[in-house]
Amino acid sequence: MAICGPKCSLCGIIISVWGIIQLTLMGVFYYIGAVALAEDIPHVEFNGDIKELNQFYAKMDSGFQQNALNCWIAALLYLITLAFSAHQFWANNRSSLSV
Amino acid sequence: MLMSKPLSFGHGPQQTLKCVEVHKIVKMGSLFRSAEMTLCQLFLQSEAAYACVSELGELGLVQFRDLNPDVNAFQRKFVNEVRRCDEMERKLRYLEKEIKKDGIPMLDTGENPEAPQPREMIDLEATFEKLENELREVNQNAEALKRNFLELTELKQILRKTQVFFDEAVAGGNVCHQAELSAYGGSQMADPSREEEQVTLLGEEGLRAGGQALKLGFVAGVILRERIPAFERMLWRACRGNVFLRQAEIETPLEDPSSGDQVYKSVFIIFFQGDQLKTRVKKICEGFRATLYPCPEAPADRREMAMGVMTRIEDLNTVLGQTQDHRHRVLVAAAKNIKNWFVKVRKIKAIYHTLNLFNLDVTQKCLIAECWVPVLDLENIQLALRRGTERSGSSVPPILNKMDTPEDPPTYNHTNKFTSAFQTLIDSYGIASYREMNPAPYTIITFPFLFAVMFGDLGHGCLMALFGAWMVINEKPLAAKKSDNEIWNIFFGGRYIILLMGLFSMYTGFIYNDIFSKSLNLFGPSWRIFNISNADLKSKTVFELDARADQNYLGTSYPIGMDPAWQLATNKIIFQNSFKMKISIILGIIHMLFGVVMSLFNHLYFKNRLSILTEFIPQIIFLTFLFLYMVLLMFIKWFVYFANISDDDIVYGTRCAPSILITFINMVLQKATPYEPKCKTSNMFAGQIGLQYLLFYIAMICVPWMLLAKPVLIMRKRKQAHAYSVTHQQMASATENGDAQQTGGGTGGHGEGHDEEPLGEIFIHQAIHTIEYVLGSVSHTASYLRLWALSLAHAQLSEVLWNMVLSKGLKVEGWPGGIALYVIFAFWASLTVSILVLMEGLSAFLHTLRLHWVEFQSKFYMGAGYMFQPFSFEVILDSASQSKEEP
Repeated sequence: MAICGPKCSLCGIIISVWGIIQLTLMGVFYYIGAVALAEDIPHVEFNGDIKELNQFYAKMDSGFQQNALNCWIAALLYLITLAFSAHQFWANNRSSLSV
Repeated sequence: MLMSKPLSFGHGPQQTLKCVEVHKIVKMGSLFRSAEMTLCQLFLQSEAAYACVSELGELGLVQFRDLNPDVNAFQRKFVNEVRRCDEMERKLRYLEKEIKKDGIPMLDTGENPEAPQPREMIDLEATFEKLENELREVNQNAEALKRNFLELTELKQILRKTQVFFDEAVAGGNVCHQAELSAYGGSQMADPSREEEQVTLLGEEGLRAGGQALKLGFVAGVILRERIPAFERMLWRACRGNVFLRQAEIETPLEDPSSGDQVYKSVFIIFFQGDQLKTRVKKICEGFRATLYPCPEAPADRREMAMGVMTRIEDLNTVLGQTQDHRHRVLVAAAKNIKNWFVKVRKIKAIYHTLNLFNLDVTQKCLIAECWVPVLDLENIQLALRRGTERSGSSVPPILNKMDTPEDPPTYNHTNKFTSAFQTLIDSYGIASYREMNPAPYTIITFPFLFAVMFGDLGHGCLMALFGAWMVINEKPLAAKKSDNEIWNIFFGGRYIILLMGLFSMYTGFIYNDIFSKSLNLFGPSWRIFNISNADLKSKTVFELDARADQNYLGTSYPIGMDPAWQLATNKIIFQNSFKMKISIILGIIHMLFGVVMSLFNHLYFKNRLSILTEFIPQIIFLTFLFLYMVLLMFIKWFVYFANISDDDIVYGTRCAPSILITFINMVLQKATPYEPKCKTSNMFAGQIGLQYLLFYIAMICVPWMLLAKPVLIMRKRKQAHAYSVTHQQMASATENGDAQQTGGGTGGHGEGHDEEPLGEIFIHQAIHTIEYVLGSVSHTASYLRLWALSLAHAQLSEVLWNMVLSKGLKVEGWPGGIALYVIFAFWASLTVSILVLMEGLSAFLHTLRLHWVEFQSKFYMGAGYMFQPFSFEVILDSASQSKEEP
């Protein structure tokens, strides 16, 4: 049973593959605490007090971990999308062949 | 050379071997210049001509010239054959149209049948004739049957619908009469048992009272549904409301037999009184193209008729089905062969068309052709001719004879699937002059590279390279599809360019350290934040990392590419601008110098010593002494001045590093460059000022050198030649008689007029050329700054896209962030492809194209040639199938 057309499913496959690769990698980079991605974690305020430095670091770390998880969640969702699109693509191909 | 005499086909083995060797060697270098061409005369036996031309068409290496340009198309020798082919093609197109109409798949095996013998043409014609006639007959029958079917269906509908009207009319009539009667107030009328009788009685009464036959007549018919309102109004007006129209819609659409469209129609019935109204109504019906059908008045007749119609419809249906089956069988049989037939007919047509270009010998036994052929392929052409002769069974071999001609031969570059796309880029600017340096081989590297400088991003490059790689890997199946989507064909034609552009962009992206605007930290940055005080943390948001402090800068730079630390720096753009601008100028100057050097090879090849002395040398001096010197200054600046230098050596610090642009401007304007007192000097090296004066003056001398040397030298040479010829003529006139003197003078005058342009024009051309070059050097150098500008724009745009779109998804807190990221990533990905890869890619492509066409090729490329268009079946068939799909 084909819900979306051949082009739509192909588009879904491409974006899913791209999303899985990129988001998994980004998850890894967040997990190891890449500085380049630090700008994109939810905002953590540092008031400049040296005593709260550890607290700041802890917040940053948890932000990194959370983003890593979020990336992997999104990657997982794309895995599902990929499976769905691939099935659609297959269904479309089969229906077009049978005609 | 081998070909200077009329050729026999019996070469010794040694000769053939030598020929093959030469063939290979020169073919390797043939992309650098267009192939060497020669004009040949070809004598063909009349009976062998067809087969030979057919073989040449398969080979596709010969361009025939029209030897009877003033004979019009209808007076040529083989006009009959061409016409017959046209007729066959028309029949085939008709067949194809019918096949397409029925949706029967046409078998395209991709096979390429040889052009059939001329005698087979009659068979083909007979086959097509038979097929066409059969098909036309079937179609006519089918149409007649369909028309019949339509009429019957309409009649059936009329009978069914009008039945309702009549029923209503009877019932309604009763009601009406009842109402009338009750109005009269007659008490006996209440008796229902007498109703029938009274109706007839009243009718007779009315008939008597009116004094004429009050007989309601009616017509029934079918009309297009959209015409109903107008039809109704017209009837009302024309008959002054004296007719009564009833109509009912036919729910199922009916098929129009002539056009095959589905149309909606309505049944109508009109009641009227009297003959005059009848004719009027009929005329109106005719005007509205309504079809009228006879409809019996008596219900029993109607029922009988309906029965008859039903049985006839059933019969018709079986006949129609059989007709359709027959048509289908004919078309399926034709569909198997139609592509093959098309190829055959087009080949025959092309051959006769070519034969029409030939000249007839006086004896009528032999056809004479003139053709351009690549010298290297003469061997192949001879082989093809021999095959043709053998096939036709002729005993006399054709003769291929080289000719001398003052005309410029066509430009022919041997390309393959990889180089052809690059050659197309060059050819779309202008076809190279014959044997001119061809920029295409260099473009293979410089084009993707300059593109990549503007498109530097590892991620975007990767997407592009993957797309290109997919097209290259699936080349054969994709090419076999033969899509008629123009945009796809452009992409597919340039698949190797796209692949290379993608790969090169990945490289430059790696050097710029940009992947979707983020940096990769592969080797560890050379910068550290060190020793920040508590107060600094509180008060500042930006910290300056001074390279002079050992703790901040490690002293060794990042091994390759941009340091990832710059991604977080606020002065990243300033730093990158300086770097990218310098890189663009350096690349630009190298590219232009390369172009000027190419002109040297042109001059050497054409043995144009004068141009080397008066154009190439001053040009290269001008460019080197001014602009290459500027490039050298950049390198000196990079190697001499450092940021991490102690205060004692401030002369070599960043503060004292002079601006290259200011230095260069002052070099041209002959001004001193201002400097800070602690820097001691504005020079980068000792003796810089003196050297700059020298370089500048020499470069300035080059301008009049370029401007005047060539015309003056030409002028002097002409004067000498003239003086020589005058003395020669005087001598001749002194010794010989008048006739000889006249002929000598005549030929001399002819030669001069042929290749010498007037001196004034030479001066003007040279002036234009010089101004173009001198001003061009400046403006073209500046033009290469687009490399920097587009690269900056691309980097910034991708950063904006990340921050404005993907970052929003990443910043959502907690678990919903994952889902938000899922949605936003798809959005970001599609924007990345459409804006950054497609649009930016297109813009960078166009700028690269411009850099090649204008900045690079203007240094050496004439582009005044014309394309070699060989007679080739492949090309003819391709263009035929293309033009067929367009309308």
